[in-house]
Amino acid sequence: MNGDKIPAGAAAAFAAVALLVAIALIGPWATPNDIASLDWAHVAAYPSLTGAHWLGTDRLGRDLFARTLEGLRVSLAVACVASAISLSVGIAYGAVAGYAGGRWDHFMMRFIEVLSGLPLIFFVIFLTVIFGRSQYLLFFAIGAIGWLTMARIVRGLTLSIREREFIEAAVASGAGAGRIILKHVVPNLMGPVIVYATLTIPQIILFESFLSFLGLGIQEPHASLGTLIAEGAGEMEAAPWILLVPGGVLAVLLVCLNIVGDGLRDAVVGRE
Amino acid sequence: MIRHFIKRLAGALPTLFIIITAAFFLIRAAPGGPFDQEQTLPPEILANLQTAYGLDLPVWAQYGRYMGALAHGDFGPSFKYKDFTVTELIAQGFPVTLKIGTLALIVALGLGIPLGAYAALHQHSAGDHAAMSLAVVGIAVPSFVVLPFLGLVFGVYLHWLPVAGWEPGSARHLVLPVIALCLPPLCIIARMTRGSMLEVLRSQYIRTAFAKGLPLRVVILRHALRPALVPVAGYLAPAVASIMTGSLVVESIAGLPGIGRYLVQGALNRDYTLVMGMVIIYSGLLIAMGLAVDLLYAWLDPRIRFGR
Repeated sequence: MNGDKIPAGAAAAFAAVALLVAIALIGPWATPNDIASLDWAHVAAYPSLTGAHWLGTDRLGRDLFARTLEGLRVSLAVACVASAISLSVGIAYGAVAGYAGGRWDHFMMRFIEVLSGLPLIFFVIFLTVIFGRSQYLLFFAIGAIGWLTMARIVRGLTLSIREREFIEAAVASGAGAGRIILKHVVPNLMGPVIVYATLTIPQIILFESFLSFLGLGIQEPHASLGTLIAEGAGEMEAAPWILLVPGGVLAVLLVCLNIVGDGLRDAVVGRE
Repeated sequence: MIRHFIKRLAGALPTLFIIITAAFFLIRAAPGGPFDQEQTLPPEILANLQTAYGLDLPVWAQYGRYMGALAHGDFGPSFKYKDFTVTELIAQGFPVTLKIGTLALIVALGLGIPLGAYAALHQHSAGDHAAMSLAVVGIAVPSFVVLPFLGLVFGVYLHWLPVAGWEPGSARHLVLPVIALCLPPLCIIARMTRGSMLEVLRSQYIRTAFAKGLPLRVVILRHALRPALVPVAGYLAPAVASIMTGSLVVESIAGLPGIGRYLVQGALNRDYTLVMGMVIIYSGLLIAMGLAVDLLYAWLDPRIRFGR
């Protein structure tokens, strides 16, 4: 941090994200309705704060508040796991390429270049089709997309860290390459890397809901924000709240996460 | 320059070849086949179908046949849409997809660049803050939320525009899908233009241009804009990719008869040839875009030399 304060907007956005996470985690105990039970007396009911269903129900009489919270939880969980995957793979790959340098670096970066030229979305669609629609695969498929940029960033940082004195000192004291990367290079990468990771989280959430919207992600009776939006889009004219509730939550979450990421980046990397 | 371009072209073809090959074997590795239905077919009929489509051959032989036909421009018959070849399906749907995609790209560039330039010239003004806040929203909110929302407001409540559907030659049906598609790239382009414009405006030659007494308009249009657009040019290929992926959902929400639906449906139906056709179209477009960006770079910033 070079003394810049985190801007007020980013702080407010962070508070909003924290609030959403808290609601998502506490929610199941705060609402009497669960995600799958059908209330045939209230099918596609309007949202009402005094009724049994605060945010209304969907076409099957399922409580929209409970389902939106479930969707939010799933989206956040996917984001955490997938960004952890892309973070660890990206750091490992980038740090090795940057530290090894020379021909290895050239070859490894060339590989990344080729991969990022591919239309990866097709391969994710393929993968979900081939291996069935398992949630674990979803995590990996989404994480697999994020690591390319991360590896590039880490490699760039490693190239400059490699030239610093403390690395030379470590080499002189006889540490091996693996030890140097783990103990000396990676800890010094973490600041900027965490910042870029916050920037990738909204992208991952967006991608997961995109896949779920297409019917390739989370399956019934579980819900992600993407599946809820897909459901709502079909009911738009008769019952717009089925679309607006999950759509609004996803929009607020993504906007806030983007603002937090931008704010962190400005604070750490420095404002233009 | 031309030599560089030919070199890139020669590099692009193997990439396309690898993509096609990988996609071919990936989709065949999926469990199930195109003739799995709720009612299982009698084995004799299934065997006949498999022979008719060449599915009884070993995968390598199928691959050879497919690539041979492809070399003659034949995408093969669709497995699910009986009586249609993949070429026919693509020829029907592609103009629609191309139309909304091109319109979205034009709008994104045509509004994003002036917006970003305006924000840079009036840095820290209310207009700058408003534009950049809107841009954050536009980047963050996905098209499959924006489009139903717009449909709700302008279609269901205001009755200004059709919610969904398609009539050949009708521009009204295109407005909402194009807005939803162009919004994320538009906002990213505006932010990029603003950032690079701010940087360019601080450089020595812009100061010189002002010192010569050139009016602001001339400095911006003739000196600042072109170099400021270099990062935007670099974003063109990702922008096309984002519009293409966006069109997958936008077409299905808006009920447009484009090719977007074929990719996911084809993969789920194990319609091997249709999926392959889609992958070839999409990745071919992306690769072509990458080549076009290369040319654009050289025109925008002559300092970029393609040595080595």
